[in-house]
Amino acid sequence: MTLLDLQRDFLGFLLDEPSDIPVAVGGSSGPGLAVYHNAYGGQLVECLKDSYERLWAWLGDEAFEAAARRHIAAHPPHSWTLADYGVKFSETMADLYPDDPEVAEIAALDWALRRAFDGPDAPAFDRQQLAAVDWDEAVIAFVPTLTLLPVKTNCGAIWNAIAAEEEVPAAELLPEPGWVRVWRVGLQPHFASIETAEMGAIQLASSGMSFARLCDRLSEEIGVETAVDAAGRYLASWVQDQMIADVR
Amino acid sequence: MPEETIAPFHGFGLGLRIPHFQNYLTEAVPVDFIEIISENFMGAGGRPIHVLDEVRDRWPVAMHGVSMSIGSADGIRSDYLARLKALADRIQPLWVSDHLSWSRVGEVNSHDLLPLPFTEEALNTVCANIEHVQDALERPLVLENPSTYLTFADDQMTEWAFLAEMTKRTGCYLLLDVNNIYVSGTNNGFDPYDYLAGVPADRVRQIHLAGHSQGQGRLIDTHDEPVPDPVWDLFARIYPRLGRVATMIERDDNIPPLQDMLDELDVARRIAGDVTAAAA
Ligand SMILES: [Fe+2]
Repeated sequence: MTLLDLQRDFLGFLLDEPSDIPVAVGGSSGPGLAVYHNAYGGQLVECLKDSYERLWAWLGDEAFEAAARRHIAAHPPHSWTLADYGVKFSETMADLYPDDPEVAEIAALDWALRRAFDGPDAPAFDRQQLAAVDWDEAVIAFVPTLTLLPVKTNCGAIWNAIAAEEEVPAAELLPEPGWVRVWRVGLQPHFASIETAEMGAIQLASSGMSFARLCDRLSEEIGVETAVDAAGRYLASWVQDQMIADVR
Repeated sequence: MPEETIAPFHGFGLGLRIPHFQNYLTEAVPVDFIEIISENFMGAGGRPIHVLDEVRDRWPVAMHGVSMSIGSADGIRSDYLARLKALADRIQPLWVSDHLSWSRVGEVNSHDLLPLPFTEEALNTVCANIEHVQDALERPLVLENPSTYLTFADDQMTEWAFLAEMTKRTGCYLLLDVNNIYVSGTNNGFDPYDYLAGVPADRVRQIHLAGHSQGQGRLIDTHDEPVPDPVWDLFARIYPRLGRVATMIERDDNIPPLQDMLDELDVARRIAGDVTAAAA
């Protein structure tokens, strides 16, 4: 058996596929094979627990481990780094819990916060410079860790209560679907619930549209007075939340 | 053969682990060097890199990776090497190490340190991969003996003979994990003292000490216990043969307060001092 064949067979054995590996190992290697088999799945479960800490708390040990094992069986790792494992775990959750949408949403929030944790650095925009901005032309650049998640449930409130070790609310649907934005300030990841109109404004600004043009667009959609008020509120919160890396 | 060599570094160090981040940032921790798990600092930014930059300002740092898969029959992933080189260029480590094992072939990456058969074919593969890595990183590689839990029917040589030939052919160096020698020896039926006698001592730049635990029919390299006596005994035997070397204690699970780790490191210092004096 060539080294390449041996390695393919060994991975097949770890993935519970038919394999000649039990023949290729030395006579008394049965317990050793079991060690590698256990270590493979065990490490991936630990990795998911580490990345999805609040989801784990929400589901409890047994349900989380069962979901993790289902995910591992369907998704062997491909990335160069273990840190990427679990990128699609929220999709597995949506499949496993179609009637409990908060489960997949808590998962997506865990993942986005983990990505923000060691995502790219950005210099913080100095708010003293806001006064000097020419708002007719200015384009806002957000910090590179900013992510937007669609939500139908109170997943944010659940996440916060688990993190603060407070009484965790029951899952419920929001009066209307909204969004959560995730970003990092300095070294600390944050998230906040936002309305759909703010999500739209963030997407327009992120696409390179000037803030003035963005206000025009909002006016067309929701009327001039409401738009001016909303744009002012959004900008104030983006500054306050240190979501802005630069204004050009 | 790499043009560069790795100068020996003598000292006693610990691994940088999250529960101790704050100690290293705010205290005068009495270690001579710090080892990092490279992959933990290969993200784009944020807290890990911030902590590492501060640590690097105060201590020499050894980079220790777990994802190179130096034994892969289909070569080394270039995206991984590029990231590893970027980190090495940033922090200018004492050296870059990984394990004599394999994790990935094709598209599937087990993220585990899987055992290699000790065959001529595997030796050729490992040596070709080492030369590729040393060219890409522009520095010599240091490789560690992993804990293994089985052997292969086709094995043609001992692990220490494999290591000796590998260092001779490629000019790479060794990170000798004394606990892994003990664990692999117990699991696979070789005498750890034969291993120590056969290993090319002049290529060793670093020592790992760690604890293990008893699994079903195998000792497991769990790094969740203090260093046990048989591992200290092996350390005392090999240390006088190594000259200047960087010694550290690994702890990855059940991590105690930093002071406990420092106390254990003092045991290593004392044994090293005693056996050196006895040999003089
Ligand atoms: Fe080690």
